[in-house]
Amino acid sequence: MTEFDAAAAAVQAALDAGARYADARVMHLRSESMSARNGEIEELAQDESLGLGVRALVGSGWGFHAVPDLSDAAAREAGRRAAAVAAASARVPGPPITLTPAEPVVASWASDCAIDPLGVALSDKGDLLVRATETARGHGADLAQGLYQIWDTRKWFVSSEGHRIDQHIRECGGGISATSIGEHETQRRSWPSYRGQYGTTGWELVESLDLAGHAARIADESRALLTAPECPAGETDLILGDEQLALQIHESVGHAIELDRILGWEAAFAGTSWLDLAQLGSLRYGSELMNVTIDPTIPGALGSFGFDDEGSPAVRRDAVREGRWVGVLAGRDSAAVAGLDHGGSVRADGWARLPMVRMTNVGLEPGPHTLDEIIAATDNGVLMDINRSWSIDDRRLNFQFGCEIGWEVRNGRRGRMLRNPTYTGIGPLFWRSMDMLSSEIVPWGTPNCGKGQPGQIGHTGHPAAPARFRGVRVGVRA
Amino acid sequence: MTGLRDAGATELDVAARVVELVQEIAGPAAEAEVTVVRHDLALTRFANSFIHQNVAESGVTVRLRVHVDGRTAAGGGSLVGPDGLRALVGRTLAAARLCPPDPAWPGLTPPSSVHSNGLLDEATAYAEPAARADRVRAFVDAVGGLEAAGYCRTSYRSGAFVNSRGQSAQGRTTEAAMDGIARAGGADGMARLCAGRLDALDGAALGTRAAAKARAAADPVELPPGRYEVVLEPAAVADLLQNLAWYGFNGKRHAERQSFALPGTAQFDPAVTLVDDPTYGGAMPFDLEGTPCRALTLVEAGTTRAVAHDRRSAAGAGTTSTGHGTPGGSTFGPIPRNVRLLGSTAADDPATGPAPTDGAVAGAVADADTAALVAPMARGLLVSDFWYTRVLDPLSLVVTGLTRNGVWLVEDGVPVRAVRNLRFTEAYPRALGPGAVLGLGRRPVRQPDRTDGGWWEGPSLRLASWNFTGGASG
Repeated sequence: MTEFDAAAAAVQAALDAGARYADARVMHLRSESMSARNGEIEELAQDESLGLGVRALVGSGWGFHAVPDLSDAAAREAGRRAAAVAAASARVPGPPITLTPAEPVVASWASDCAIDPLGVALSDKGDLLVRATETARGHGADLAQGLYQIWDTRKWFVSSEGHRIDQHIRECGGGISATSIGEHETQRRSWPSYRGQYGTTGWELVESLDLAGHAARIADESRALLTAPECPAGETDLILGDEQLALQIHESVGHAIELDRILGWEAAFAGTSWLDLAQLGSLRYGSELMNVTIDPTIPGALGSFGFDDEGSPAVRRDAVREGRWVGVLAGRDSAAVAGLDHGGSVRADGWARLPMVRMTNVGLEPGPHTLDEIIAATDNGVLMDINRSWSIDDRRLNFQFGCEIGWEVRNGRRGRMLRNPTYTGIGPLFWRSMDMLSSEIVPWGTPNCGKGQPGQIGHTGHPAAPARFRGVRVGVRA
Repeated sequence: MTGLRDAGATELDVAARVVELVQEIAGPAAEAEVTVVRHDLALTRFANSFIHQNVAESGVTVRLRVHVDGRTAAGGGSLVGPDGLRALVGRTLAAARLCPPDPAWPGLTPPSSVHSNGLLDEATAYAEPAARADRVRAFVDAVGGLEAAGYCRTSYRSGAFVNSRGQSAQGRTTEAAMDGIARAGGADGMARLCAGRLDALDGAALGTRAAAKARAAADPVELPPGRYEVVLEPAAVADLLQNLAWYGFNGKRHAERQSFALPGTAQFDPAVTLVDDPTYGGAMPFDLEGTPCRALTLVEAGTTRAVAHDRRSAAGAGTTSTGHGTPGGSTFGPIPRNVRLLGSTAADDPATGPAPTDGAVAGAVADADTAALVAPMARGLLVSDFWYTRVLDPLSLVVTGLTRNGVWLVEDGVPVRAVRNLRFTEAYPRALGPGAVLGLGRRPVRQPDRTDGGWWEGPSLRLASWNFTGGASG
């Protein structure tokens, strides 16, 4: 019995049990992670799981059931159970559910991968982390940590509309950090970001990061931060590095344009959105420099795929064009509710989880400047980089971010280092204040996006470049 | 490919088989520990007053850690057939051979008795989707025309542990949780409860409470930032407990000097006693290393007493494991996940947890416990819940986050106005420091963790000062 056979059996069983639509995903997940601390391997873990999740629509109620078993009997029972769960949803019914039209797709897709990350010798991968953390420790870090993570996912999708799609997606990444511990606080520096950079690509990404080559610098900087002056409090011009801006996009644009949030489907947990569908196409989200795309086709970016977990093909779309809000992240059911004609942004964290609206690659298009030009054009401001903390309200409006490091910018030059840099603001006001944007785009990967109940971890990508924002409140502290 | 039940094997059978396989392949000197957990999780989710997501999953997880020739590796999987188990053992042993030496290996847990907490409820373990949907129906009906959203969750875990040193243990546990909001013109009210049994969850009572609070939260005003006296309701208190547990009472972070905890030091107000107690319900009676779980007093009458340890962190600290071995523990450290802030009266039945309401539901102040704390407050804020809290610095445990699901200005003991959500930036240990706790409710209310098996339990809490650093408008 093939994986497609198991998925098809589950779908048929759900239909036989009364479902008017059903789909099923068989997923084979392999993962590996290794962490090192102060020149020693701290943990190596390898996991493998295989299972099937089936989703059924009975009347206007969804049901989902998942099992770690691909036998014909188990697959059929999962389909029947999914239909039964859907039928129970009718005890608290909602409006009729339709799905946006989709042509049945029969296809196969695999992500690009030059060096299979699971094929690289563990000893080589361990040596990389040991060497980098040894170096950071040797340069004064009290705590030097390194990490890589690898995910190898094969999935087979079948729907009652005729979809039959298999995909092989390989993702990996890694990073290092150095922490210096003072009497009353700690200071951390990371490369290329805390927990690292990630992509839908092979081990060549990790090799390109040159972790060991940056270890000494981040250790030195973490120690220097302990005695650096604190970021002053007040309003000033803020220059963000590309890594921090990637998280700013994730939190204050990516989540805000999720259609399930806009429709209230996440109201009790992840929250809603300040965006109102009635303003789609007209709302001023940011300055005219702000062009944000939803693009799961970017080679190597962490939010890339061939097809989403409803079988919709990867398509590039606009989310914000010249500052105006024009697009959302959607699934076939939420899009139909909203009167839109496409989904394309639905994914599940494994076979045991219900597919839901998730970010793909949501990021900025390049601007006309460079970081050097932005600094040169700034008389009085603060440059901040590499995220250390993030918090945003349940409507995705009020945010406060902390970064690992800041620098004064005076008269067009980068000045002294600042510790504990933080900034706060309101999303649309902040984005409307962006007056300079670099062309130096980096497709940052975020492998830890939490959403859903039961909880799901999403992998998302965020092309971003350094940018300047005017009149931002900085230096918030306890 | 078959599941555990179809293979006719118990969790204990599978765990023992994996240990045998390790020693067959790597020899009798190989050390191995195995945990097998069957997990049935079902969650019925509602929004806009209807069920929009309704899921159930049955899974089995096998976790193996081996120590061979001085080297350690861990692996896991869901494949419990003969081929799957052999593959797991093979790749984990191969990984261990390629790992560098592990001189800090703490050894395996010796044979020791594990007592089941006896809190299994069969009706919860095998609850049908209709049982969850009926509670959602009751919640939605009780909010009286307001919009409702939330979930009802049931879970069942059956697990076993075996190691090559002779330790073995079994346990079964159930948990149920319900969390819902009512929405009235942009203002939300919330009710949330975790218990060992589904029949302890009263959807109508929770919906009534959420609706009353939502209506009382209408037309909020904006307040200037600054320090305010506060009464935190149990959901907000749960956030304090969670952050204190993750960053403070974590033995690995303590060893790394990244924790504020100083055992033997009066770091908290004398009203504060914190106990981590997995045996109080919802959790398995043993940890990932087979160490029996027991109650651990973290803070006693304001004095820090202990931090949590697994075998590795305990060995480094020259002490013994407190039963907090978890997946990923070598990296993230041992973390208490069942923390109780003790109230001022005797504990409730751990199988059901405390009652969600105590007395009449009357607007912002929804129970007698909270009313008693609000009454003596000259001017301050009543806060229902915190949201999106993140740590700015782990050593001082400075945290930023927002209020959610209801804030009210209290003057002369009376909630006089609903207030818009506020951002705060506060050092949690300082907020609970000596002299900072002005009052503690009588009855703890158990709040579910995002992952079943964990929970946070405390009564309402009155604090002298909380640092609000911004309003909803920034």
